[in-house]
Amino acid sequence: MPFTAKSGKFNASIKTVTIGTGDKAITLGGENALPLQSFDAPFANAPKVGIEITDFGMEHEPECIQKYYEGCSTIGEIAKKAASFEGVDFLSFRLEGGDPNGANKSTDELIAMVKEVAEAVDLPLVICGSKNAERDAELLGKAAEAVQGKNALILAAKEENYKTVGAAAGLAYNQVVGAESSVDINLAKQLNVLLSQLGVKPESVVMNVGTAAAGYGYEYVASTMQRVKSAALSQNDAQLQMPIITPVASETWSTKEATQAEADTPEWGDQERRGIDMEVETAAADLACGSDAVILKHPVSVATVSKLIKELV
Amino acid sequence: MALKGLDIFKLSPKKNCKECGSPTCMAFCMKVAQGAADISACPYFSEDAKAQLSEATAPPMKSIKIGTGAEEMVLGGETVMERHEKTFVNKTRYADSLCNCMDEATIEAKLAEVPKVDYDRIGERMYAELIYVNYSAEGSYDYVELVKKAAALGRTLVLGCTDVEVAKAALAVCKDSKPVLNGATPANYADMSAVATEAGVVLGVSGADMNEIYDTVKALEGLGNKNLVIDTTGATVKETFANTVQLRKAAIKDGDRTCGYPSIVNLVKVAKDDLHLQAALAAVFTIKYGSIVVMQEITYSEALPLYGLRQNIFTDPQKPMRVEPGIYALNGADENSICLTTVDFALTYFLVSGELERSGVPVNLIISDAGGLSVLTAWAAGKLSSSSIEKFWKEADIEGKIKNRKLIIPGKVAVLKGEIEAKLPGWEVIIAPREAVELVKFLKDMQANGEA
Ligand code: B12
Ligand code: SF4
Repeated sequence: MPFTAKSGKFNASIKTVTIGTGDKAITLGGENALPLQSFDAPFANAPKVGIEITDFGMEHEPECIQKYYEGCSTIGEIAKKAASFEGVDFLSFRLEGGDPNGANKSTDELIAMVKEVAEAVDLPLVICGSKNAERDAELLGKAAEAVQGKNALILAAKEENYKTVGAAAGLAYNQVVGAESSVDINLAKQLNVLLSQLGVKPESVVMNVGTAAAGYGYEYVASTMQRVKSAALSQNDAQLQMPIITPVASETWSTKEATQAEADTPEWGDQERRGIDMEVETAAADLACGSDAVILKHPVSVATVSKLIKELV
Repeated sequence: MALKGLDIFKLSPKKNCKECGSPTCMAFCMKVAQGAADISACPYFSEDAKAQLSEATAPPMKSIKIGTGAEEMVLGGETVMERHEKTFVNKTRYADSLCNCMDEATIEAKLAEVPKVDYDRIGERMYAELIYVNYSAEGSYDYVELVKKAAALGRTLVLGCTDVEVAKAALAVCKDSKPVLNGATPANYADMSAVATEAGVVLGVSGADMNEIYDTVKALEGLGNKNLVIDTTGATVKETFANTVQLRKAAIKDGDRTCGYPSIVNLVKVAKDDLHLQAALAAVFTIKYGSIVVMQEITYSEALPLYGLRQNIFTDPQKPMRVEPGIYALNGADENSICLTTVDFALTYFLVSGELERSGVPVNLIISDAGGLSVLTAWAAGKLSSSSIEKFWKEADIEGKIKNRKLIIPGKVAVLKGEIEAKLPGWEVIIAPREAVELVKFLKDMQANGEA
């Protein structure tokens, strides 16, 4: 008697959202099976991998990342280089310096950089904020304006600033709106509802439902993503069917696993290898729980996770 | 499959004698169906009825024991597909691997490497609990010798060997430590099962595809051997993932008992020499149904994030991990030592206290009641605030117990500085870096400047 696997194909599916333009554009979502389970139903679009750079260029990066960008001096050159690594589907530019409690760079300075990056590459763009909701309301609105016509993903609108960010990115400048909530399925849904009430089309929304590094409260991230996917597919909940994007690099590269020098803990071995494993293991977990896209930093991580996706989906 | 009360009642003695503590047999059977009573509370069920019932009420996936003594562990026994539905119960175990196809130098080097990864994370010992010892007919190193050397590491072994005679010889030197014999195939299962049963060890079953595996497990069950694990490794990563997920799904969702066994996923076979890919896959199979995951290497690099992930995924969602609020005097601190505060989330406490101990600087670590949440979560939820700190200071009589008036606060809640200083007159609040890992340098610098 042969083994009979019941089909795990659902009638409902994840919405498709396209980012970027031209032949480099990518489409997230479209699947009607649980994460990575393409054996249940073929995936219209495999998950995608992005590479992250910030307005600090290489200034804040660990040496093991810097070495890949040798010879690049302007942000445009850095962007070009980032786009050239194997497995990169899109480029993410983080406006880290916008944080008023950090470098607090001027909006003009940051937006000029956004333009430079947008001109340097033809890959789909994700523009990430400073993590400060108030500053992002202004900054991300301006960024959405600066990359008009690029169909970029603006990451992200939060409960505190969705009206400004959502209106600028989703309504005024026709970009894709990221909806960021804090590891809770109800909050994720509520923000999607609010954005749609504002008039943002569901086909232009991608969610970031929360993120943590492996080992750092990750169980909540895993369960939130899994519950979102299951509500989207098995209960056909239209307000949770948006694809999920997860910034990984910005979490993992500040952990002890990645930052502790080999000299301080010789038994832990090579620091670069540790940083990469922290990044790929977290990204792999995100993909297994339901992310449709992950944002990474180390070129080896990007290549590895891209290969993982090719082998699985 | 869950049994209905009525089905159980049909098999009951119907004496209504109340000896079970229930007023009637019917009431008792209803309780059994809900899991609120155990069938053994009634002395009058026939053996035959009990056997029928235990088969029908058995959990969907067997719990399989391997190893002995302190190294004994349970595999499988899961009842849900995702942790939030209830909880995952028996964590994924990772196996480092050896093969008789390796040369002597490689083997010796690996044997020396394995014990190095051994550390504590929030009260849990993290190390490679299993060693997979692979047998290849082309290998030149003596397999039994290799098994002996691997066994000397004190870890539980998984013998990857489909040759019946070789397996028998290997078990002769290690069976007392209750290894797994991963050796049954459609071609040899009857003989291999006899060898495993004779030695009293768990048998691993593999096959070219799920059909072969399924038929072989059925045949083994027919021979009376249900002490099994299923090797779901296929020819490719994709096949392996599909096998592993479908097996678990058939067991839990469809109640197919033939699929209700723990799994073995051998990453060395499907991602040989790509160590980062194996690390990524190990994370995937920790979330998606690997009971034993075999890796080419388990160094700190793979282990640190992986074991952290496993610890997260296998915690009970109903039980928050908290530590007791209070004053923790570290590194010989006394009432004159500097103070530092953080939340009562076990993970945060573990990370912060670990760094504080590494710094060697005497500090009073003051843990206030923050609902067991991380720093930013507690802050966002209003459970870590200047008021919560003020309240705790009073309750725990911090000022009566400590003379020092310097308080270091987590960098992530730097915004609290002014408010805390307003609520705790006489205290100087110092903002620490954001990450615990930066504490060692921070405190040593303070000490060098005579500030701590
Ligand atoms: C898991 C999680 C939860 C879990 C809580 C689990 C728990 N036990 O805390 C749940 C799902 C319950 C949750 C809920 C909420 N969360 Co939450 N959550 C997270 C998440 C993903 C991880 C937190 C974690 O476990 N970190 C690991 C621990 C170890 O970190 P830590 O305590 O900060 O400790 C580190 C450092 O601070 C340092 N440190 C600690 N103490 C000290 C002391 C000194 C002196 C020094 C030097 C260093 C130091 O050491 C550690 C390692 O470096 C974060 C996002 C993230 N990636 O951080 C969001 C996050 C913290 N949550 C957030 C929010 C808003 C919430 C909610 C308020 C959402 C809501 N509106 O309901 C609720 C509040 C809870 C409630 N009402 O009860 C926000 C906070 C935003 C902000 N900047 O204020 C975050 C940042 C997510 C986000 N980006 O929006 N959350
Ligand atoms: S002890 Fe057994 S026979 Fe007696 S009432 Fe209970 S179930 Fe019925």
